Amino acid sequence: MEWMMAVAIGILFMTGVYLILSKSLLRMILGTSLLTHGVHLLLMTMAGLKTGAAPVLGDKAEAYVDPLPQALILTSIVISFGVTAFFLVLAYRAHQTLGTDDMDSMKGDES
Amino acid sequence: MLHAAILIPFLLAALIPLVKRLTRIHPGWVVLPIPAALFLYFLTGIPGVQEGNYTRESIHWMPSLGIDISLYLDGLSLLFALLITGMGTLVILYSIYYLNKTEAIARFYINLLMFMGAMLGVVLSDNLMVLYGFWELTSITSFLLIAFWHRRERSRYGALKSMLITVFGGLAMFAGFNLLYVMSGTYSIREMTGQVQMLAQEPLIIPAMLLILLGAFTKSAQFPFHIWLPDAMEAPTPVSAYLHSATMVKAGLYLVARLSPIFAGQNLWLWLVSLTGLITLLYGSFKAIKQTDLKAMLAYSTVSQLGLIMCLLGLGSAASLASGAEEPLFYAPATAAAIFHLINHAVFKGSLFMVVGIVDHETNTRDLRRLGGLMSLMPITFSVAVIGAFSMAGLPPLSGFLSKEMFFTAVLNIREFDVLDGHSWMILFPAVAWIASVFTFVYSMILVFKTFTGKLKEDQLDKIPHEAPLGLLVSPVVLVSLAVVFGFFPGLLSYSLIEPAMAAVHNGLLAPEETFSVSIHLWHGWTPEVFMTLGVIAAGTLLFRGYSQLRILDREWNARNLLNRMYDGSLRLLEGGSRRFTDLYMTGSVRHYLLYIFSFFIVALGSVMLGAKGITLGMNHYAPLSFYEMAVIAVMVLAAVAVPFAKSRINAILFTGAAGYMVTLLFVIFRAPDLALTQMIVESVSVILFLLCFRHLPKLSKGKRPISFKLPNLVIAAGVGITMTLIALAAMGSSPFAPISEFFLKESYTLAGGKNVVNVILVDFRGFDTLFEIMVLGIASLGIYGLINLRMEPGNSAGVRA
Repeated sequence: MEWMMAVAIGILFMTGVYLILSKSLLRMILGTSLLTHGVHLLLMTMAGLKTGAAPVLGDKAEAYVDPLPQALILTSIVISFGVTAFFLVLAYRAHQTLGTDDMDSMKGDES
Repeated sequence: MLHAAILIPFLLAALIPLVKRLTRIHPGWVVLPIPAALFLYFLTGIPGVQEGNYTRESIHWMPSLGIDISLYLDGLSLLFALLITGMGTLVILYSIYYLNKTEAIARFYINLLMFMGAMLGVVLSDNLMVLYGFWELTSITSFLLIAFWHRRERSRYGALKSMLITVFGGLAMFAGFNLLYVMSGTYSIREMTGQVQMLAQEPLIIPAMLLILLGAFTKSAQFPFHIWLPDAMEAPTPVSAYLHSATMVKAGLYLVARLSPIFAGQNLWLWLVSLTGLITLLYGSFKAIKQTDLKAMLAYSTVSQLGLIMCLLGLGSAASLASGAEEPLFYAPATAAAIFHLINHAVFKGSLFMVVGIVDHETNTRDLRRLGGLMSLMPITFSVAVIGAFSMAGLPPLSGFLSKEMFFTAVLNIREFDVLDGHSWMILFPAVAWIASVFTFVYSMILVFKTFTGKLKEDQLDKIPHEAPLGLLVSPVVLVSLAVVFGFFPGLLSYSLIEPAMAAVHNGLLAPEETFSVSIHLWHGWTPEVFMTLGVIAAGTLLFRGYSQLRILDREWNARNLLNRMYDGSLRLLEGGSRRFTDLYMTGSVRHYLLYIFSFFIVALGSVMLGAKGITLGMNHYAPLSFYEMAVIAVMVLAAVAVPFAKSRINAILFTGAAGYMVTLLFVIFRAPDLALTQMIVESVSVILFLLCFRHLPKLSKGKRPISFKLPNLVIAAGVGITMTLIALAAMGSSPFAPISEFFLKESYTLAGGKNVVNVILVDFRGFDTLFEIMVLGIASLGIYGLINLRMEPGNSAGVRA
């Protein structure tokens, strides 16, 4: 099922990038979330899928899946959550102060 | 001792502000003894140099890079050192009377002293890098001196122009020096001259030569880089006399003469140097006639005389190319002429600049159209001007006559040169030289007679001029006396200075025990040169008489100052062009920048991926696929794709959440319980946060906005998606290395005492990641707190609680 995952990751990236390129601030943040999902699944897929049991040693399994990418993804989930939350509040504040969430109208005045 | 000679001007420059503050005397009097003492010191070097005992002193500076401050005093260096210190003494004496005490004289002398030290450094250095350092220092101090009256727009313009042009050439020269280093392995000029045979075979010798010549031509104001010199005339007159006639503009000539032993074996060197000099000579003398400003006329005259010396240096290098026993010595006198004229030019041009300075000082104008009839009012100044200008025109019995005769000899001799077959076009050299001499004669006469004879135009002058004070007259009188003395007794120079300098330029031409014998005579029979000079005088007199008729024609020509307009235009083009270019892509729109970034990503990574062979689509080791898993993936993809199509924001947020929950399910399928748990919680909190944000949107943009469909966005997005798919496929190809996870799985319980391997990695094997991840969360929450609670009030720099 790896090739299918590869295609799914590609679609996630495509949608994410498309949203990031739009005007609305909220859409951009949603785009980054989708992009993050794509990255996490890519990390997961690269290590090989379903090559054994979950990496909990009590299972007495013959083989386990690679635990290292899981640790990396866990770290990444938390960090991207922190960043997303910050961005969201930043967008909220920007919107509150500037009265718009349109990226084009947030351009600085060119002197 | 040589090091001290360079260092003393810099030390004194540092002390000048102190002198200014502590005493009430003019700082020039404190400065004056220094160049005088250095001049005397260098005079004592003459006997040693004449006998061939060269002084060499070296101090380690950057030994690991082969850069030492090694100084070398031979005939050529000594000649220039004497010129610099001697002219320096006279110019400083002149400037004491020229500059008011109300001016920023401390700054003037600091810059002048630094220039003097740098110039001594240029001519004494043996190490090319050190030479380059001093070279650029002369550019910088010259820049500061030209802009001495920095409140005038023209001064700043002239300073910037000279800076841009000379530094441009300086950098090219720097590259050329480094090419020489690459070929020879040393920065020392003397060690390079020892390897001439080897260097001549190198393919890099031509680029090195061209780059170095570019530096020499820009510094010495050769065509078409001469344009900075007339604009540098905005400087105070002592500066013009010192820098822009006697010393700095001769740095390029020094470099050409100094590197002649290395490059003269190349045909190209002879043609480039002599033809550039010839063109500059003709062009400068022609332009000088048309100037109405005295200093501009002298500037073009300097350009033309520098071209003459450059041409002679080129012709002298024919000696290195010629074969046979007698031939080299047949061409070498051109170098003697170059050196002799170099001295003469410094003498008469320095005095003429000082004369113009006096006229300017006494009448407040330098405009030829307003001047006239000063002869009876300023007799001494007039005498000085006559001697200086007649020497410049090459009239007997002054020193300029002798160097002009030697110049004619050299251009006549070059007709015998047969490197390129066909002697016929070599007649060009004497012909052009003769025409340029006629022009030189004409502007010299204009300089004298338009200023000093005719009628005094009292109504056009601010004050009635009278003779200058004695202090201003000392220096020009000394200089013109030298012009007379050198004219009658040229042997004084030829034995003491010219022969040792020739030995330095034509290194290796003579056997070690031989010396050049240069004999210059005032009268040498009815030679063709004498008739050429008579022709110059005749034609020049006619042209000067008919000059007023030609003037109308000249005006038209003068307005078309093509080279300067090209310089200004190219500067404007560069500024405007870079401005337009920046405006073109720096739009201020985030979307555009993202488009650039993503396009670059696609081009850089996508093309590599397509070219790489790592992408395998073999199915053998792929995991099996069940209907349930396919459904999960399909739902995730559909939810993601639905986000851009969502008509309202709430739908978009919910679709994103749905995609996130599908990712959670995938984590379950892929045997990652901890990830699934975390993803579930994080996704829930994120969706809540999104909804919170949504709740606070004002009515204004709450209205459902149709998605403005943009094709470029879609193309870029599709490109990124395809690239990522390719990357994912390539990454899944067989890896050449076994993963290190075997270690974690095996040692998790034995080393760390935990069975959940992911958690053991997070807190034990790779605990630092977790530490800083916690820190990220902490910073994010503090940041959010700050964003929500703190406000900046206008006028209050500290944030206040909202």
